[in-house]
Amino acid sequence: MLTIPRALYDKIVAHARADHPDEACGVIAGPAGRDRPERFIAMTNAERSPTFYRFDSAEQFRVWREMDDNDEEPVVIYHSHTATEAYPSRTDVSYASEPQAHYVLVSTRDEDTAEFRSYRIVDGVVTEEPVSVVE
Amino acid sequence: MAIEVRIPTILRTYTDGAKQVEGTGSTLGELFTDLDQRHGGLRERLVDNGGLRRFVNVYLNDEDVRFLAGLDTPVKDGDTVTVLPAVAGGATVS
Repeated sequence: MLTIPRALYDKIVAHARADHPDEACGVIAGPAGRDRPERFIAMTNAERSPTFYRFDSAEQFRVWREMDDNDEEPVVIYHSHTATEAYPSRTDVSYASEPQAHYVLVSTRDEDTAEFRSYRIVDGVVTEEPVSVVE
Repeated sequence: MAIEVRIPTILRTYTDGAKQVEGTGSTLGELFTDLDQRHGGLRERLVDNGGLRRFVNVYLNDEDVRFLAGLDTPVKDGDTVTVLPAVAGGATVS
């Protein structure tokens, strides 16, 4: 299960809405091994595309080094789908390489209601998990 | 002296859990071949058809080697090479 504070949930949705119709992406870092998302980091989608995203490699290097220095890890890795459901695509699965991370997908295809779902992706196997939003 | 190589979590199965290993070589490609002697299978996760796999980012010090010379990038003692999984995906197959 992903347990996420309301404020961080809202930041993910706001980022996805702001970048629509392009896909938005980012990370929530947290203390290593604690499974607690704490620090929101919006990332640049280097592809600026409605159907693909890739973290800018230089930005990723800085962010990952910062997490390393702080004894943090990527607890949540999120991105948006802007015209399809919030379910990992084959491309998403092939790139997924953080087995401890919650892969969050937000769909902005509906103007009023954002679809927010979370998955574990380990060795190519996708498992959806419940999301608990805490105040 | 040697070249320090930082290994991401997903590839530490090849390094007995080590976050950091050392190797030698005059280019990045040679370094990976050298590492593979002691960490069998690691090279194949980094290199495909003579180029870098698209699923990984490799940095020499803090530069993405795709913007240098890829596997032909010269390396020297005292350098740090960092491997990170590329974070990418999207709604459709690109």
